[in-house]
Amino acid sequence: MSSKLQIGIFVVILVAIGLGLTVYKAAYLGFPLTPGEKQKIWSVEATMDFVADGDQPVKVSLALPDIQDNYAMIEESSASPDYGASQAIIDNTRWVVWAKRKASGSQKLYYKLKFYYDSKIKSDYNIHEKPDREIEPYNFTGSSKLAAESLLTLVKDRSADNISFTSGLITLFNSDEPFQNVKMLLGDKPSEKAKLLLTTRMLSIEKIPFQVIRGLYLEDGKRKQNLTSLLEVYDGEKWVLFDVKTGRIDMPDNFVIWQRGGDYLFEVRGGHDSKIKFSVIENYVPAKQIAVLDQDATLLNFSLYILPSSEQNAFKSLLLIPIGALVVVFMRILVGLKTSGTFMPILIAIAFTQTKLLTGLIMFIVVVAIGLVIRSYLSRLNLLLVARISAVIIVVIGIMSTITILSYKLGLYNVLSITFFPMIILSWTIERMSILWEEEGAKEVLLQGGGSLIVAVLAYLAMTNTLIQHITFNFPELYFVVLALIIALGKYTGYRLLELRRFKSFAEED
Amino acid sequence: MFKIARKLSAKGIIGMNQRNIGYIGKYNSRKLYPLVDDKLKTKIIAEDAGITVPKLLGTIVYQFQNNEKYLKKIIADLNGFVIKPSKGSGGKGILVITRREGDIFFRPSGQPASMQDVIRHISNTLSGLYSLGGKPDVAMVEALVEFDPVFDRYSFEGVPDIRMIVFRGFPVMGMLRCSTRASDGKANLHQGAVGVGLDIGTGTALNAVQFDQPIESHPDTKYNFKELAVPHWDKLLPLSASCYDITNLGYLGVDIVLDKKIGPMILELNARPGLAIQIANNCGLLPRLKKIEALSDHKLSVEQRIEYSTREFSAD
Repeated sequence: MSSKLQIGIFVVILVAIGLGLTVYKAAYLGFPLTPGEKQKIWSVEATMDFVADGDQPVKVSLALPDIQDNYAMIEESSASPDYGASQAIIDNTRWVVWAKRKASGSQKLYYKLKFYYDSKIKSDYNIHEKPDREIEPYNFTGSSKLAAESLLTLVKDRSADNISFTSGLITLFNSDEPFQNVKMLLGDKPSEKAKLLLTTRMLSIEKIPFQVIRGLYLEDGKRKQNLTSLLEVYDGEKWVLFDVKTGRIDMPDNFVIWQRGGDYLFEVRGGHDSKIKFSVIENYVPAKQIAVLDQDATLLNFSLYILPSSEQNAFKSLLLIPIGALVVVFMRILVGLKTSGTFMPILIAIAFTQTKLLTGLIMFIVVVAIGLVIRSYLSRLNLLLVARISAVIIVVIGIMSTITILSYKLGLYNVLSITFFPMIILSWTIERMSILWEEEGAKEVLLQGGGSLIVAVLAYLAMTNTLIQHITFNFPELYFVVLALIIALGKYTGYRLLELRRFKSFAEED
Repeated sequence: MFKIARKLSAKGIIGMNQRNIGYIGKYNSRKLYPLVDDKLKTKIIAEDAGITVPKLLGTIVYQFQNNEKYLKKIIADLNGFVIKPSKGSGGKGILVITRREGDIFFRPSGQPASMQDVIRHISNTLSGLYSLGGKPDVAMVEALVEFDPVFDRYSFEGVPDIRMIVFRGFPVMGMLRCSTRASDGKANLHQGAVGVGLDIGTGTALNAVQFDQPIESHPDTKYNFKELAVPHWDKLLPLSASCYDITNLGYLGVDIVLDKKIGPMILELNARPGLAIQIANNCGLLPRLKKIEALSDHKLSVEQRIEYSTREFSAD
């Protein structure tokens, strides 16, 4: 009883650990439960061009985006040839600084970053934060001064607070038939940049706190774009967002903020004619890749992903063996199939994964059949066991090479994978089957051989299932569950499926 | 499917899994296995305890002993003998010679075997071909049991033997295994031998099966099993029960043969007896095992145990 209880507790703990870790990885780290799941990812590239002055060191700074709502940032890279790159935080803004002792002619610098949507991510930006700097009123000169003043009076009369004032200004600047004064200040067909500049100047005269937000719409195929500027105005309690084209807006869904406030986006020392362009490319990557790239998950620092990819691949097949073992345990304890050798079917199944099922099955049967014929001759020679097994091994290698050469000549290239069969296992299988044949007859050989093949095929099907492959590799903690299952099956005292048939006569009476 | 399982369970049929966990695992201590897995050891402890076993003529331990001269010294001028692997399993590797013409030996089926064949068989035995796990083994040469002709009508070419399940020293179920043409003279039920369930109280036949199906009479000799009764039953019960005392194995299969002159003798012991005996008796083992498990830690003598078994497990 106590051993039963112990096993019960053990199994519950194992299942809890396994499922707990799996749920944690799936729900919090974003590991996909199915192999097909893909996630959209936006690659943003900033390209900065400038001409180096040539006579002094070059130092280029570029403001970088901070953590923001709903978007995760990964794979940041600021590598540019010949430039030393470093990051610094100045005035709460992240900057990348490129520097070079000597440069001449036109220069190109790159900064790359990837975004993906993740609703769990929140920035630490406080929308209620009070503006902390004094606003310098802009001084219009000459005729502009009169025009600006009359516009200010007009908008001020029609507004109640900072927000309605800003809205009034934007409406005025975007009117289809603008006032004469607006035309004078902005000219015909004004650019958005000009409208933004004028709005901020007007706001500064009224001492209304504002800041410019520079950001990017994540849309595929945007190439050589400038950042989009939005305006934020403080209403005495919180910051309110405006678009100088349309007025008051909510934060657009696909907008990522590159820089909030700040007087300039980048600075070039020791160069001139500088300009910066942004490109956005949208693509889909397996969701797992993103989860792995997530730097924060400490669990991942001790996972298989830290291994080089060749070792990862080795583990991929290694981690399938417990699945094969589970199939064997299941078939033997619950179904009651006889197999020749307990775990021989797993090894055959592993060979099948290399050779593909049909080729593997045919080759297995051919090799074992030829082996049995040759073994029956060896048995007449009256050899000692070890010598006989060794002879069978050599014969098996001979059969395998002959089959390979013949099929190569015949153009059956997939037969070449025959070398993946474990020779020692094949030899022992031949030996065991041959003894079985002598002692119990051909029927028992077919029974046990067939049983082994059925289990091997089932194990193969389980091991090659893409979902199972995906889960075993990405959620290795589920092995606790497999282990628990195998331990629990080890205490199963019920009937085996085939026993129901064996003892059928008892159930048929009365 | 679950209906069948429920019915079987109601009849107290035990399956492989339950046998392995609930009985073999629980009552047969692993360290006692070598006593029964090594037939040479079994024979020695049985002889020491005064339990009747077939006479050991000699053993062949090394390959260098495996030659005509040494073998002839062992078998002397005997006409029949048996060569067994000491650690064989499931009746594998047993060579029975019933007749001899000089250096030509004959199996029970009449199939001849030359001296070379016999030596090769011994060689295979020594190199572990028939042993559990393929370990090197010892070949035992035993005197041929002169079978009591009482079963001749119920056996084809072979060795009829009695399998007794002895649980914690109590004989709980017994059957007679009769070889048939289908079983090639062997007494293995899964190869086609007939299993005849025996009444624990009297040793008379209850029921007979071949290939798990009930039959009335022997398929080759056509004699009806109804008339079958095992003689010397009063000697056979204590003989099998006492095997518990020498091995301490709680769940034990005892194989017994009847010798014409000596009577019942222990052929071998089995720490993992099969479940076909339930089909032969048309009766589940579980109720009987449960009854004995309920006795907790008994200190009963062989006689008391047999008295209990006869009282509790007899057919009527």
